[in-house]
Amino acid sequence: MLKKPMERVAAATPAPIAHSVRGLSDRAIAWVFVAPTIFLLLAINIFPLIWTIRLSFTNYKANRIGREVKEIGLRNYERILTDTDIWLNMQATAHFLIWTIVLQVLIGFTLAWLINKKFKGNDLWTTIIVLPMMLSPAVVGNFWKFLYQPQIGLFNYIVSFFTGAEPSSFEMLGQVNLAPWSIVIVDTWMWTPFVMLICLAGLRSIPDYIYEAAEIDRASKWRQFWTITVPMVLPFLMLAVLFRGIENFKMFDLVVQLTGGGPGSTTELTSINLKREAFEKWRTGYASAYAIILFVTVFGLASIYVKALNKVKER
Amino acid sequence: MSSFSVTDTSSRTKWIAGSLVIFYALVTMIPLIWIGVTGFKSPADAISYPPKVVFDPTLEGYVNLFTTRTRQTQEFLENNPPQNWADEIVRQYDMVIVGPSKFGERFLNSVIIGFGSTFLSVFLGTLAAYAFSRFKIPLADDLLFFILSTRMMPPIAVAIPIFLMYRNLGLSDTHLGMILLYTAVNISLAVWLLKGFIDEIPREYEEAALIDGYTRFQAFYKVVLPQAATGIASTAIFCLIFAWNEYAFAVLLTSATAQTAPPFIPTIIGIGGLDWPAVAAGATLFLLPVMIFTILLRKHLLRGITFGAVRK
Repeated sequence: MLKKPMERVAAATPAPIAHSVRGLSDRAIAWVFVAPTIFLLLAINIFPLIWTIRLSFTNYKANRIGREVKEIGLRNYERILTDTDIWLNMQATAHFLIWTIVLQVLIGFTLAWLINKKFKGNDLWTTIIVLPMMLSPAVVGNFWKFLYQPQIGLFNYIVSFFTGAEPSSFEMLGQVNLAPWSIVIVDTWMWTPFVMLICLAGLRSIPDYIYEAAEIDRASKWRQFWTITVPMVLPFLMLAVLFRGIENFKMFDLVVQLTGGGPGSTTELTSINLKREAFEKWRTGYASAYAIILFVTVFGLASIYVKALNKVKER
Repeated sequence: MSSFSVTDTSSRTKWIAGSLVIFYALVTMIPLIWIGVTGFKSPADAISYPPKVVFDPTLEGYVNLFTTRTRQTQEFLENNPPQNWADEIVRQYDMVIVGPSKFGERFLNSVIIGFGSTFLSVFLGTLAAYAFSRFKIPLADDLLFFILSTRMMPPIAVAIPIFLMYRNLGLSDTHLGMILLYTAVNISLAVWLLKGFIDEIPREYEEAALIDGYTRFQAFYKVVLPQAATGIASTAIFCLIFAWNEYAFAVLLTSATAQTAPPFIPTIIGIGGLDWPAVAAGATLFLLPVMIFTILLRKHLLRGITFGAVRK
């Protein structure tokens, strides 16, 4: 139904006539409109990226301005790829990445599924659940450090209340075996709502008549869940995993505030390690090579994943 | 709606689902509530064991957040009676307020840089999004993907050359430098989101305006912009939140003049360690605006966080 007069006029106008009426030519406007954005991105993203590639073949150190810069070819890359410490950082990153995604997908999907039962007030509670993910990870991470304090922290108190363990007997941030989990817990707390929202959109996109048809065919609820709900939500879920994967591969602020990479280097994710090389040890050339390797890794993994995602969507 | 449908959920299932979700929501709120509560505790109450749920509320945290204080001799304190309520609070530690802290300044920096970069990214983003939505641009898909891919780089990796570039251009630790940087980070979000919103506005509106003698430009700002107002507003809020929350660039590229609140809040030190009530007070003031915006945005939230990939 057309209601507004403008809409009626608009519908009555044949498109070809509209196209022939012009002020400044459309092509000119298109370029004037797009150019500033492209220029800004070239200046602040692409030019620096090229600079990074250049630096990655040198032994440049940014804190020594007068020093002669030597071309050292692929030596930085060679050193990084054969460095066992960096593989430990990669492992810490993988642990963080895999567990946050597994937990967030499980909890997020379950929550979405429950919310989709459309109980009274579900909108209000959804909004409340979503709050953590919009907050500043650095500020929130810093406060979680307080919650994790062994003697006075609320987290230890709650755990000891339910398990009976002494609240001062374990240190979430200080123990090698617990620290990797402490960052997984906070990230899951923050980002489960993200997966939940996307799953909810997926669940809501399934039309009722599909279930009605299944019901007529006497498919059990269990079967309906696995043959209708899961496959139809899967593309959404995979998109959520893509976003979380990229974000957590880049993870810096939350973990730096929580553990600073410690104890030792148990939670030193690649970003934190990179920061250390670039801005504490000032091995700029080496860090540039490291940055390029990371970027290529994310880009490569993401591209492969997107291909898989598109295949699932096509089905 | 039919009165009976097989897909209707029974009231018992709804009740169980509802209680589980509410339970999760309450648990998830504990840390946030604890931040709010700790801001009104005295330092002693904040670190007592078991954690205190009932306590005498005090504004000490907030006073400590906004002021710098020094210890004074008994004699000085006796001769100089407290000036106001805030002074009175710090007197119990034999201290006097000597001036404002840096928090106000840092908060103001967050506001300037947040709003500055939001304005720029939404302004540039709207123009680019309109062009991508309405005109045939060669390689449009590749350009759009390029715009998005700039988001995949770890901030630290970008920060290395930016650090060197800004050092050469004199942009390190300046408001302008941070505004430009955050604009570059946010513009991909702005373009993708706004393109989605503008795609939804029927082309016929502008075409009618063009027939009425409007130029393309007039049609853009008299017809399309008002129609896209909601989309532009929600995009702006998203850009603002991201700029507001950003930490990695801020901690690496700013130190004194242009430092924003996120790198500053964790460094608030009291006597003998971190002053948790002051940290909590700072966190509360910093997080509260975002929570309010999140509630206002709830309808567009999903779209914003997925760059427009999922629209409800």
